[in-house]
Amino acid sequence: MAITYNLKRADFIFRNENDWEKILNRTLQRDKQELINELISSELKGRGGAGFPTGLKWKLANEAVSDEKYVICNADEGEPGTFKDREILTKVPFKVMSAMAICGYIIGAKKGFIYLRGEYKYLQPDLEKIIAEFEYYCKEINFDFTINIFMGSGAYICGEETALFESMEGKRGEPRNKPPFPTNSGYMGKPTVINNVETLAHTYTIFKHGSKKFYDLGVQFSRGTKLFSVSGDTPKPGIYELELGMSLQDFVDEFGDGDTKAVQVGGASGFLVPRKRFGETAIGFKGKLTGISLPTGGSMMLFNSSRSMFNVLDNYLEFFREESCGQCTPCRVGCQQLHIGIKAVKQGAKPASYLDKLLKLTETMQYTAKCGLGQSVANSFSSIVENFREEMIY
Amino acid sequence: MSKKINITINGVVYEVDEGLTILEAAQSAGINIPTLCYHKDLCIAGNCRVCVVEIVGQKRLAASCATPCQENMEILTNTLNVRNSRKHIIELLLSEHNADCTKCYKNGNCELQELAAEYKIMSQDLIGLVPYKDYTIDMFSPSIIKDDSRCIRCQRCVRTCAELQGVNALTVAYKGDKMKIATFFENSMNDVVCTNCGQCVNHCPTGALIEKNYIEEVWEAISDPDKHVVIQTAPAVRVGLGEEMGFEPGERVTGKMVAALKNLGFDSVLDTDFTADLTIMEEGTELLTRLKKALVDKDKNVKLPMTTSCSPGWVKFIEHMFPEYLENVSTCKSPQQMFGALAKTYYAKARKLDPEKIVSVSVMPCTAKKFEASRPEMHDSGYRDVDIVLTTRELAIMIKQAGIDFRKLPDKKFDRLMGESSGAAVIFGATGGVMEAALRTAYELVTGREVPFEDLNIMPVRGMDGVREASVKIEKPLENWAFLDGVELKCAVAHGLVNAKKVMDAVKSKKADYHFIEIMACPGGCLGGGGQPIPTNPEIRAKRTQAIYAEDKNLPIRKSHENPEIIKIYKDFLGEPLGKKSHELLHTTYVGRNRY
Ligand SMILES: Cc1cc2nc3c(=O)[nH]c(=O)nc-3n(C[C@H](O)[C@H](O)[C@H](O)COP(=O)(O)O)c2cc1C
Ligand code: SF4
Ligand code: SF4
Ligand code: SF4
Ligand code: SF4
Ligand code: FES
Repeated sequence: MAITYNLKRADFIFRNENDWEKILNRTLQRDKQELINELISSELKGRGGAGFPTGLKWKLANEAVSDEKYVICNADEGEPGTFKDREILTKVPFKVMSAMAICGYIIGAKKGFIYLRGEYKYLQPDLEKIIAEFEYYCKEINFDFTINIFMGSGAYICGEETALFESMEGKRGEPRNKPPFPTNSGYMGKPTVINNVETLAHTYTIFKHGSKKFYDLGVQFSRGTKLFSVSGDTPKPGIYELELGMSLQDFVDEFGDGDTKAVQVGGASGFLVPRKRFGETAIGFKGKLTGISLPTGGSMMLFNSSRSMFNVLDNYLEFFREESCGQCTPCRVGCQQLHIGIKAVKQGAKPASYLDKLLKLTETMQYTAKCGLGQSVANSFSSIVENFREEMIY
Repeated sequence: MSKKINITINGVVYEVDEGLTILEAAQSAGINIPTLCYHKDLCIAGNCRVCVVEIVGQKRLAASCATPCQENMEILTNTLNVRNSRKHIIELLLSEHNADCTKCYKNGNCELQELAAEYKIMSQDLIGLVPYKDYTIDMFSPSIIKDDSRCIRCQRCVRTCAELQGVNALTVAYKGDKMKIATFFENSMNDVVCTNCGQCVNHCPTGALIEKNYIEEVWEAISDPDKHVVIQTAPAVRVGLGEEMGFEPGERVTGKMVAALKNLGFDSVLDTDFTADLTIMEEGTELLTRLKKALVDKDKNVKLPMTTSCSPGWVKFIEHMFPEYLENVSTCKSPQQMFGALAKTYYAKARKLDPEKIVSVSVMPCTAKKFEASRPEMHDSGYRDVDIVLTTRELAIMIKQAGIDFRKLPDKKFDRLMGESSGAAVIFGATGGVMEAALRTAYELVTGREVPFEDLNIMPVRGMDGVREASVKIEKPLENWAFLDGVELKCAVAHGLVNAKKVMDAVKSKKADYHFIEIMACPGGCLGGGGQPIPTNPEIRAKRTQAIYAEDKNLPIRKSHENPEIIKIYKDFLGEPLGKKSHELLHTTYVGRNRY
């Protein structure tokens, strides 16, 4: 199994280091502004999907004036095909917790929460034990920071940050209007930093090894490494830490089964890339100068020629139709229309040209839906319909 | 003073207050933006998305109702993208909707229908989703029909029930395509904590929540030669009905309303205001009696504060939410029910009618009164005291069906015997009105002097604050009431059940030591009732309020105890307030209910 030249594996996140106490203690001695600058110069972007610059997020929360602030670790991990956060929380939870505490130190928060996906309930007892140990250490070094676990109940939408706050406040998990943004008004209306599990783990790496080490990995606009959850038609499914900026071709060469027809990058809310585009597609955040660049929460699903792209899309749309919170018109009704619509075309009840009407509909959804869920349905829909139109019709 | 910022809308620069939403800024600039989930009475939801606009430099459109203006923001409200998106959203809503408008009660007064007309949705490309849904209609409540097939899920009802009423009978259930507005365990509205106040009906943009209408029943009664049909009209109806008839809000149409009712064929057109005056006599006496028992007899069992009981939405609310305080509620029936009980006794006797043949109809600003009339307690005349309750809106429909040119009607007067009223009765229609009317009478009863307020206007209890407090010190009372000398009568007024809850919480936690509390279930009191014309908003309610107080000012009699028909009924029929006959006919009991 040769590793191609371009695909660089890395080992930061899962490297098991038993020095978190030292790193935490050391970092808490440093100047807050200096730490923010360190983070900003690493150019770390959020690993939860949206890719917001983490340093800026912490800076904004630091600047927000409030008697109470919060740090939340988003461990809802609901994107289909994503299973890396679970691994981080199982293998290196201290890194995540240390990062939360450092964030708390920087922004002035004394309370942290881990919003744990409902299906990960079995992790809770172990995590509680580790939290107790962690809090004990914080006490020892006279640092006032607590962490509590909040259990999710299985709704995908509760991974969306503002729906997550609602859910934590005991309300129905519906996304809020933005602005205000969480750094000003998050959980309980207080300034809140919410980060993905992996993002937090990376900040730990940055505080430990310095921003340069992180920045030197990856490419422009997409610095550092990222965990990928590889699944589908691959001989080696699993979790891999890879440098950002790789080409999808290199990725397929490494992970494909020799018959890869398409790769879904970024889960159901991401894009499907057909074989003919592998070469021109880079995996990273938007802003890369050449070729297409796709962000991803880390889900990489490979499909070989035995797969029907109609079934794939059908499956995604069924997912969205059920997992939409249902509050806003474009998403609630749009998802139903798309789902029923592609079936109608397939069954001949609607002409093939109806697909173009549905594509227009996804545009409206992208423009007008209230949150990222409804806005991103267009991604998989248009990339699948445009690239595999025949499979949608016949 | 808020900071001013500059924004541009469609190329024109405007200076606006910082913090204003784009929608508010556009409205004040005279630019119309369609809305559905937005309502002035409620918090911002931002879920229908029909109000989207373009902000230059942003890829996505913004919901104007939910987006604050920012310095130098460039807003476009009428681009191709904006129009197409709005149209698409309306089409989406219609695809999920049972849009057979001709069979819909809200046909002609529906915000979704208006938008469909405005955007000329002529064809429907999208697949109709109604066959995929198992929509249900709940018709079991005597007050409200909930038809899920006409719901656009704007959550205005949910916010109304929570924010204005603090009841939370309606909530959002399920997610995704199954998301719907539901009650506890999807029980009927009749079997849940709902107070029947109808505020959700008043705030629903479509035909998904409507009053249960009894128009046909009334037409049948009128056309039955064997029946004697009396109608009573509540004080708030006369300041709302005009809106349905093409008048501006705040127009008083009392005389025209009476004329229209006579034209419709009612045998006798009477006034609930008469029993409002009667309520003051009974309730005022009850309050003074309770005070005497508490202050003189030191009776520990007497319950204070006493609360009013004329708002059936409030009565059902306290039955559900504070059942341990039911003895604090005045035992007086609401004016509607006092009227009903007297119509088939006092009125029947005086007019030599067989009560069996009397159909007692009321027109109310209220949907809760439909429920109230159906309560088993309300049969003290030996019959169902009030047979049919119409809302202001239903009356308007009847007037239109009858082909009456309302604007041209001459003013007519109520019929006699239960048709005379005082200004004190009229102000029952506004929050604070019962309190003011009660104080006008009680103070005079106790001291022999008029209330010490200019022109009898007790300003501290008027206004629109959710909870208002006032106190009146009693000095130099008449001999009988000597025990009240120096007593400061502490009163509170609340409207909107969410405010009622605040007051009751204060009472419960002993933070307040009121003697008398007036509570109206609806915002603004009855004039903002759930049966009043749609739309409703703070400005409209303020205009109706002005009309109510103007009506009071114009009446020759301003105090309940000076109403000659009141004096007569006590002389001829009832004896004295709280007397035996009163107890039989005018007072009632309450039942505790559960909290869901
Ligand atoms: C529908 C939806 C689901 C989401 N689910 C998750 C999730 O499961 N985990 C996560 O970290 N972020 C999720 N996000 C992104 C969060 O809203 C938020 O951007 C993220 O937690 C911020 O952290 P980051 O900056 O570290 O990425 C979701 C977003 C949307 C729109
Ligand atoms: S886009 Fe979908 S998930 Fe997001 S708020 Fe709207 S209905 Fe809910
Ligand atoms: S609710 Fe409105 S749009 Fe729907 S059927 Fe009734 S009138 Fe027509
Ligand atoms: S019932 Fe009416 S107010 Fe409630 S969500 Fe449906 S349309 Fe909106
Ligand atoms: S009638 Fe009143 S209490 Fe009942 S659901 Fe509507 S708003 Fe709530
Ligand atoms: S009116 Fe703005 S989103 Fe509904």
